[in-house]
Amino acid sequence: MLHARGLTRTFRRGKEVVEAVKGIDFDVSKGELVAFLGPNGAGKSTTLRMLTSLLMPTAGTVEVAGWDVVKHPRQVRTRIGYIGQGNGAGHSYRVLDELHNQGRFYQLPAAEYRRRATDLIEALDLGGLEKRTVQSLSGGQRRRLDVAMGLMNHPSLLFLDEPTTGLDPQSRANLWEHISTMRKEFDMTLVLTTHYLDEADQMAERVIIIDHGQIIADATPDTLKRDHADDLITLSVESDAVSEAGIADALRDVVGQLEVTVRDNNTALVQLSTDDGPQWLPRAIESLRVASLPVVSADVKQASLDDVFLNLTGRSLREDAAAGIGQDGGTSAATASEGAAA
Amino acid sequence: MSAPAITNVPVVQEPTAIQGSFLHDTWAIFVREVMLILRDPFSLVFSLMQPLIFLGLFAPLLTGSMGSMFGDAGSTADTLQWFVPGVIVMICLFGTTMSGSNLLFELMTGSYERLLATPLSRTALLTGRSLKEFAPLVLQGLLIVLLCLPFGFKMYPAHLFVGLLLLGIFGIGVGALSISLALASKNREWLFWTIQQSLMFPLLILSGMMLPLESGPGWMQVAAKFNPLTYIVDAERDLLSGTFGSSNVLWGAVAAVATCVIGMIVGIRATKRTI
Repeated sequence: MLHARGLTRTFRRGKEVVEAVKGIDFDVSKGELVAFLGPNGAGKSTTLRMLTSLLMPTAGTVEVAGWDVVKHPRQVRTRIGYIGQGNGAGHSYRVLDELHNQGRFYQLPAAEYRRRATDLIEALDLGGLEKRTVQSLSGGQRRRLDVAMGLMNHPSLLFLDEPTTGLDPQSRANLWEHISTMRKEFDMTLVLTTHYLDEADQMAERVIIIDHGQIIADATPDTLKRDHADDLITLSVESDAVSEAGIADALRDVVGQLEVTVRDNNTALVQLSTDDGPQWLPRAIESLRVASLPVVSADVKQASLDDVFLNLTGRSLREDAAAGIGQDGGTSAATASEGAAA
Repeated sequence: MSAPAITNVPVVQEPTAIQGSFLHDTWAIFVREVMLILRDPFSLVFSLMQPLIFLGLFAPLLTGSMGSMFGDAGSTADTLQWFVPGVIVMICLFGTTMSGSNLLFELMTGSYERLLATPLSRTALLTGRSLKEFAPLVLQGLLIVLLCLPFGFKMYPAHLFVGLLLLGIFGIGVGALSISLALASKNREWLFWTIQQSLMFPLLILSGMMLPLESGPGWMQVAAKFNPLTYIVDAERDLLSGTFGSSNVLWGAVAAVATCVIGMIVGIRATKRTI
């Protein structure tokens, strides 16, 4: 469905040349839901804009739905759906008018685009809003309209650039519900960018982590967490005879990295980094009980994609997002470049 | 990260390619643009407020101060016959130089990007938008003329038709230049407004649209000769007074077509540069 080889994009800003995407390779198979995860400025949006023909690569090749994006951009645009970060519908337009406009842009017969618009309005819960202007809609309604507009041509491949950014948790969940339904209905392949860790973890079947314009990991969320991060078991042990050596001996059969902090003569904090916390927790508690080291409290923190990113880059995605690291890269670089792009 | 060479890539099927249609795409964009006016026709009337204020407050001043130009007394009808063509050109200038501001807003919100993501011809994005300038201009011009009829303005229908046609052609060019400026000013709205305002008023004053330049200093008269708007205003004055065969009409037509061609060339280049 999608093949990228040596995909590169550089931008010139004054005398400085910024390499936003550095020769990345990846494939997306039919039916996959792939999420590009990375901090702001990592190159996610620049990559997506190249895949959708909105930005031409400086080097490399990319084929989407069987068509070379550089040589046949119109054919690619005909077959894909794109939902950008902004609102695709004109603010002063009416909801139904904008959907009909999309139909005209894809050269659909009038009867066909009217039917599709009616179907999408119903499917995306936009009923009753047909004559409302876009500017009078709520954020969630506008986003659903964007999805409807992106689906008017019944694309086989849908690209979504940070689709839920700026939405409240309820609207995010609602939008994902609709996207999932539409995906099944149209048998679509989905490629999206996000900086929401939970979104990538829960929704994506495959996560491509991108940082400084390079792919640093590419696998399912579970595989990434298993290969690049550990669960953390934290136990509190209370006994008259607590000792570091005694605890280590009791847990000798539990696989993981052990750290014991004896607080006083009868309490100790045990931290165990392991690949499968929920599986090892009961065995650890039982082993300690048998050794007369009873556990009084226990906790398992399962590995997250942030832990994966931290282990791969030495930085936390959450901290990057909070600090706005790389704001001058990715999306804004793509914006700044357009004059020089073509 | 290395990856295997591309395998199983579908062979590009040229015969199934969807062919672009410039005319269809221009029409689709034109329909989208005109839809805003059709949904809210009063916007056309409200945009006439400024020219109407000029007409209502400026024309009486002209009647008094320009008596010598139109005879001893300087009648309202004579003044209107001279001033209305200028007001119509003013509507054209105000409306078309603003067409880029709509695009600036769409660039900011993301709806222009949505258009770029569709298979629409890039050239059609410009031509459709620019052609949209034509219809409201003609309607507004006609409305102003009709409003002035009760005050003695004399209408020559065939001449008016040609005058409005000329204005529409000029408006397409100015609209295209305004869109080009908006594309060049992306993320720097101040640049658009600075240039638009800095150019509009000197062009307006140096065209003799409001006051005759004959009484102005020599340098103004020289500067006016380099202003395409001067030729449009002179042509409109001749046409709306019932004259077809003057050199002013010919030069006005040349200025309108030249502005249109230059505007379209610059605009198409600017639009294609956005991918």
